[in-house]
Amino acid sequence: MTKIPESRLDQIREQAALGQLDAKGVRPSGSPFPETPSYNGLPIVKPPVWTWEIPLYFFAGGAAGASSVIAIAAQMTGASSSLVRDARWIAAIGAAASGPLLILDLGRPERFLNMLRVFKPQSPMSVGAWTLTVFGTASAGAVIAELLRMKRIGDAAAFVAALSGLVMATYTGVLIGATAIPVWSKHARTLPIHFGASALASATALLTLRGHDDAALNALGLAAAAFETYTGIEIESCDDIESEPLRRGPTGLTTRIGGFFSGPLPLALRLLGIRSKRARRAASASALLGSLITRIAWIEAGKASAADPRPLLKS
Amino acid sequence: MAVTGFLTDSTLCIGCKACEVACKEWNDVPDDGFVWSGLSYDNTLALGHSTYRHVKFVEREPKAGCGGNAKEQMTWEFSSDVCKHCENAGCLEACPTGSIVRTEFGGVFVQPDICNGCGYCVVSCPFGVVDRRPDDGRAFKCTFCYDRQKAGAEPACAKACPTGSILFGRLDDLEIAADRRIAQLHASGMDDATIWNPKETSVGGTHAFFIVRGDPRNYNLPPKPEVPTTLLHQSWSAAAVAAGAMVGLSLIAFALGKRSAGVPPAGSAASRRRGAK
Repeated sequence: MTKIPESRLDQIREQAALGQLDAKGVRPSGSPFPETPSYNGLPIVKPPVWTWEIPLYFFAGGAAGASSVIAIAAQMTGASSSLVRDARWIAAIGAAASGPLLILDLGRPERFLNMLRVFKPQSPMSVGAWTLTVFGTASAGAVIAELLRMKRIGDAAAFVAALSGLVMATYTGVLIGATAIPVWSKHARTLPIHFGASALASATALLTLRGHDDAALNALGLAAAAFETYTGIEIESCDDIESEPLRRGPTGLTTRIGGFFSGPLPLALRLLGIRSKRARRAASASALLGSLITRIAWIEAGKASAADPRPLLKS
Repeated sequence: MAVTGFLTDSTLCIGCKACEVACKEWNDVPDDGFVWSGLSYDNTLALGHSTYRHVKFVEREPKAGCGGNAKEQMTWEFSSDVCKHCENAGCLEACPTGSIVRTEFGGVFVQPDICNGCGYCVVSCPFGVVDRRPDDGRAFKCTFCYDRQKAGAEPACAKACPTGSILFGRLDDLEIAADRRIAQLHASGMDDATIWNPKETSVGGTHAFFIVRGDPRNYNLPPKPEVPTTLLHQSWSAAAVAAGAMVGLSLIAFALGKRSAGVPPAGSAASRRRGAK
C-alpha cells in the first residue's frame, strides 16, 4: 500500500475542480480531466544506453582531472613535494582507469580508436575522447618522468595534465547537458559546475585519505561541499516537469542521497575538520561516496526523463 | 545531386504496414520482439534500432463534422513515422567518430563500418529515432535507402506503399505538393489537417515531413524540437567558469596555507584556521 500525505488528497480535490489532475495513468472514461496530447503517453526520446561504466568514468575521470589541478597549484605555491607527487599519482591512476571504462562501454570496444578519426568541437563526446587521450598521456608522463628523475619533463607534463584536467573535471557536465534528454538539457548550465565541484571534492578527499593534512585541502573540500549544498538546494527548488526525476521516485531518492553525502554532511564535517583529523577523514569518505552516487543518480534520472514525453510536448 | 525527401500523408494511410515490412526485408533488419502492446493495432510502438518505419494507430474521440465519423465512434488515424533526416541533425553533430554523415541526397546516414557504438547519438536525437542494437553494438536508424537512391531507385517503403501515403521525391517539389494537398483537404472539409515540419526551430526543418489531422502531438510529433548543439554555448561557458574557479580556489587555498605555514609547522592549528578562510 502506498502511503501518501493527507495534503495530497486536498491537492487532488483542488486539481479536479480545475479540471487538471496531474496524475499519470489516471483518466477514468468520460472524466472531465483533459489529457495532455501525446501518442498513448509513449516516450519521445530514447533513454541513454550507457551502463555502470559511465557514472564510474565520470567519477574517476573527474577526480583525476581535479587532482592534476591540485598538483600544479600545490607545486606553484611550494607545498610539500609528497602532496604534489601523490596528486600526480592520483591523476595518473584515475586517467588509467578512465580509458578502459570508456572502452568497455562502447558497443564495439575493438573500434575505440575510431574516436580519434576526427576532431569535432561541436561534439562533447569527441572533445572528451581527445581530452582523455591528452590527459592520460600527460598525467602518465608526469609520474614516469618523476620516477626517471627527469624533473623538467615531469613538470611540463604535469602542466599539460592540469590544463586537460580542467576539461576532464567539467566536460562531462557538458556531455550530458547538451543532449535531447529533458532533465539533462534543462540543467545544461548547472551540470558542468556541479560536476566540477564534485570532482574537486573527490580529489581533495582522496588526498586527505592518503594522509595529507594541509589546511588548503580542507579549505578546498569545504568550498566544494558548500557549493554542492547550494546545488542541492537549487535542485530541490526546481518545480518544472523536466526536473521531476530529480525529486520524485527512485531517481529522486538516489539524487537526494547523493546530494546529502556531497553537500551538507561533508560541509559540517569539514567545518569540524578545521580542528579534528577524524572529522576531515569522515568528510572525505562522505564526499567520495556522494560524488559517485551523484553521478549514478544523474544517469538514472536521464533514463527516467527519457520515458516521460510531457516536457517535450509542451506547446 | 538533388536533395530528396519523404512526404508522409497520414490522410491517405490505411495502416497496412507494407512500409514496415518492405523496410525490414530490403534492409535486412532483425526483429525487435513479438509483443502485444494492447494499443490499437500498434505492436511496434516506436522507431528504434530495428524499426526504421513505424505505423502509428491514433485513436481519438471525434470532432463533430470532421471526417464523417459518427459521434459515438472513435476516430482512427494512421501515420507512418520515419527518421526525420533533420536539416540540423543532433545525431550527426554528436557523432564523435564521423560515422554519421550527410549524403549527397541530403539524408543522414550512419556508416556501419565506422560506428563504434558510443551511444552519444542516441541521447542527441530530439525524436528518439536512432538507437544502439544490443546484440550488434552499433547504432542503427533509417538509411533513407541510400543504396537504392544511389542506384536511382526510390526507398523501399515509398515503393511498397499502396495508397501514395508515402511520397518520395525532390524536397522542394514535395513541399509544393504538401501545400497543394493541404488546400485540397481544407476545401473538402478536413480543416484540421496540418503540415508538421519544424522549420522555425533550431532543427531548421526536416527532410521527412508529415501531413496529419488534428494536434501533431497526438502523433508524438513534438511542437518545439531543438537540436542539442544550441545548448553548447551556455554549457561550455559554465564549464569555463567552473574551471576558472577551480584554478583560482586551489591557488588561493595553497598560497594562504603556505603563508600561514611559514612560521608555525605545517598542519598546526593556526595554519589550518587561516587556510580554511
